[in-house]
Amino acid sequence: MRKFLIDGLTRRPLTEPKPDPVDAAIEELGQKIHNHLYRRLGRSLSIRLVDAGSCNGCELEINALSNPFYDLERFGLRFVASPRHADVLMVTGPITRNMAEALRRTFDAMPEPKWVVAIGDCARDGGCFAGSYAIVGGLDAIVPVDLHIPGCPPNPTELLQGLLPLLESVEAG
Amino acid sequence: MSEIAQELTVTAAAFRSGAMPVTKVTRKLWQQAAGDLSRGLITLLSLWADHKAVYMALLNEDTKHIGVLRLDIRRDDFPSVSQFHAPAGRLERAISDLFGIRPDGADDTRPWLDHGRWQISHPLGATEPAEGPVVYEFLPIEGESLHQVAVGPVHAGIIEPGHFRITVQGETVVRLEVRLGYTHKGTDSLMVGAAPERGAMLAARTSGDSTVAYGWAFAQAVEAALGTEVPERAIWLRALMAELERLANHLGDIGGICNDAAFGMMLAQCSVLRERVLRASMQSFGHRLMRDIIIPGGVARDLDDEGHRALLALVASIRAAFPSIVALYDRTASLLDRTVSTGVLKPALARRFGAGGYVGRASGRDFDSRRDIPYAPYDRLTFEVPKRDEGDVDARIWIRIREVEQSLSIIMQILHQLPGGPIHTPAVPVGQPRQGLGLVEGFRGDILIWVALDAKGRVARCHMRDPSWFQWPLLEAVIEGNIIADFPLCNKSFNCSYSGHDL
Repeated sequence: MRKFLIDGLTRRPLTEPKPDPVDAAIEELGQKIHNHLYRRLGRSLSIRLVDAGSCNGCELEINALSNPFYDLERFGLRFVASPRHADVLMVTGPITRNMAEALRRTFDAMPEPKWVVAIGDCARDGGCFAGSYAIVGGLDAIVPVDLHIPGCPPNPTELLQGLLPLLESVEAG
Repeated sequence: MSEIAQELTVTAAAFRSGAMPVTKVTRKLWQQAAGDLSRGLITLLSLWADHKAVYMALLNEDTKHIGVLRLDIRRDDFPSVSQFHAPAGRLERAISDLFGIRPDGADDTRPWLDHGRWQISHPLGATEPAEGPVVYEFLPIEGESLHQVAVGPVHAGIIEPGHFRITVQGETVVRLEVRLGYTHKGTDSLMVGAAPERGAMLAARTSGDSTVAYGWAFAQAVEAALGTEVPERAIWLRALMAELERLANHLGDIGGICNDAAFGMMLAQCSVLRERVLRASMQSFGHRLMRDIIIPGGVARDLDDEGHRALLALVASIRAAFPSIVALYDRTASLLDRTVSTGVLKPALARRFGAGGYVGRASGRDFDSRRDIPYAPYDRLTFEVPKRDEGDVDARIWIRIREVEQSLSIIMQILHQLPGGPIHTPAVPVGQPRQGLGLVEGFRGDILIWVALDAKGRVARCHMRDPSWFQWPLLEAVIEGNIIADFPLCNKSFNCSYSGHDL
C-alpha cells in the first residue's frame, strides 16, 4: 500500500482540465431555469440517479465520472443515495412501465427546487425501444425534464459538458 | 448414459457453421429430459417459447455436444421442467408472462417479468388487456425474531434497478428473495419482424457492459442460420473487441468489489486501468464500449495502424501497473478478511445451475465456451481457463485477476496474427425459414442467442439468455448465513445483469 501512497504524493494527478461546455446545453438550461434559484444552491449540486430501464451502458459512463480522470466532485457535483438530499434527478433508460411508479416517487421525494436531467437517447423518446408495450417512452411523460444529454451512451466528457452549465450559471448569476 | 444425453449430437463445429437442427419431442421425452436435468446428467442452456412450441437447449458436459428439443404446444401448457429442475423456474415464469403458456406442475406460478403494469398481458401470445398492478407475494417467512429489509428497486448507488427482500435474524441473513423485471423493455416483441441490422442493434442494447458479446452472439446466430462465411479479419477483430470488453469489465469489477468492502484505493487504481481500456477502445474502434461495431456478416469498422499502436501501448501500460494492484489486494489483510470465506457457492450448486463465467469457475465448474464449445478464432489462440474450488468472494476476484492476464495475452496474440482482407460480407436471405444458435463467452459467462429467420430473412423469433438467469438464484443461495453487511460484497462479486435478464 505504501507504494500507492508515495506515488500519489510524487506523481502528477491524472485529473484532466474541465471540458468546454456545449452551447446547446447552456441554451436549453437558460430557457428553463431562473438564475435566482442557482444562487440559493451555491456552487454545489447533489445528484440522485435513477435507472429507469437502461441497458446499463449509461450507468457505466456515469460511474466513470468519478474516476481520477474526470473526478466529478471537484466541480461541486456529487451523487447522493437519498432523493431527500438531491437537487438534480438524473434518469437513464426508456422509462419502463415497471419502473415508472418508482421513478415518480423518487421525484416526489426530492425537495424543491429540483431539476431533472435525462441521460442518453432512450430517456428522450424511448430510443430504439420506442413502440414497445413495456415502456412509457420518454422521461417527460412522467416528470418535467430540464436538460437532455444525448448519446448511446454519452461519454464522460459529454456528460460533463452537459452538466457543467448547471454550475456555470451560478457564477454568471 | 441417459437416452436424452445421446440425443445431444450437435457439435460446436456443426451449429457454428450452419442452421441449428431441432429435435421434435413428445411430452414423455420432454419430461424425461427434465428428469435427466434433475439427475445432473445434462445441463440446461436455456428454455424458451414461440407461439407454437417450447424449446429447451441442452448441453452434454462430457461430450460438449448440444441439442435443442422442441415440444409443440397443443393446449396452452407444457410439462414443467422446474418441478424437477429448479434452474428452469424463472425461465418458465417468463414464458408464462410473455406467451400465456403454462408450465404444468410448476411449484412457483407467480408472475416474474410481468408486474401488471404493461396494460396488456401475454404480449407475445394471445394478448388481453391487463387488470393493473398486482401485489407480488413474497415467500412467507415464519420464525422467531425475524426482521425484513426491503431494498430497491431504486438503489443507493449508480446501478440497475431490482428489489431485494432480505430476511435477517440479528445480523445474519436467513433468506434473500430477489424480484426482477423492472428493466423489462419488451425486446423480444421488438425483435419480431426486425431486419437483422435492427435486431443486432437491439441485441447490442441488451446489457450495456456486454454489448460486444451480445452483438457477436446475435451475429453468430444469424450467420449460422444463413450459412454466411464471415471474413477472417472480421472474426479476429471480433475477438479483439470481446477481450477488450472482458478486460474493462473485470478491471471495473475487481475495483468495485473491493470498494464494497470499503477499500476505495483498489477502486481508484482499477478505474484508472478501466478508463485506459475504454480510451484505447475509442481510439481503435470509435466507441468506448465498442457498441454496434459487430454486425451480421462482419464488423462495421476496421482497425488502423493508429488503433493497433494504441492497443499495444494499452497492454504494456496494464502489464506494468496490474501486478502491484494485485499485490495490494493480496497483501491487505483487512480486505481479505472481508472477501475470504464470504458468500460461498458450493460446487454442486454451481454445476446444477450450469453457472457460467467467474461464478461457475470460482466454484469448480471448469467451463468456458471459448474452449469447450469453440468458435473462431479461439480455436487458434492459446489461453488458459482459470478455475478455483473455494467458491467465495475471494475466489471470484482471483478468477477475474487471472482472466485479466489471459485477456492481455489473447489481445497480444491477436495483434500479432491479425490477418488482412475484407471485414464484411453481406448476410443474404436464403428464401426459406432458418434458425441459428449463437453462443459467446461474455465476461459474465456464456450468452446464448437463438434466432429464427423467416423466408425474407427477417427475425421471426429471437431469444437471448443472459448468464445471469442462472446466477441470480445462486446469489440468493450464497448470501444465506452471511451478515447483511456482506450483501453488497456478495452481490458485486456476482455482478449479475438486470437488463440482460429482464430484457
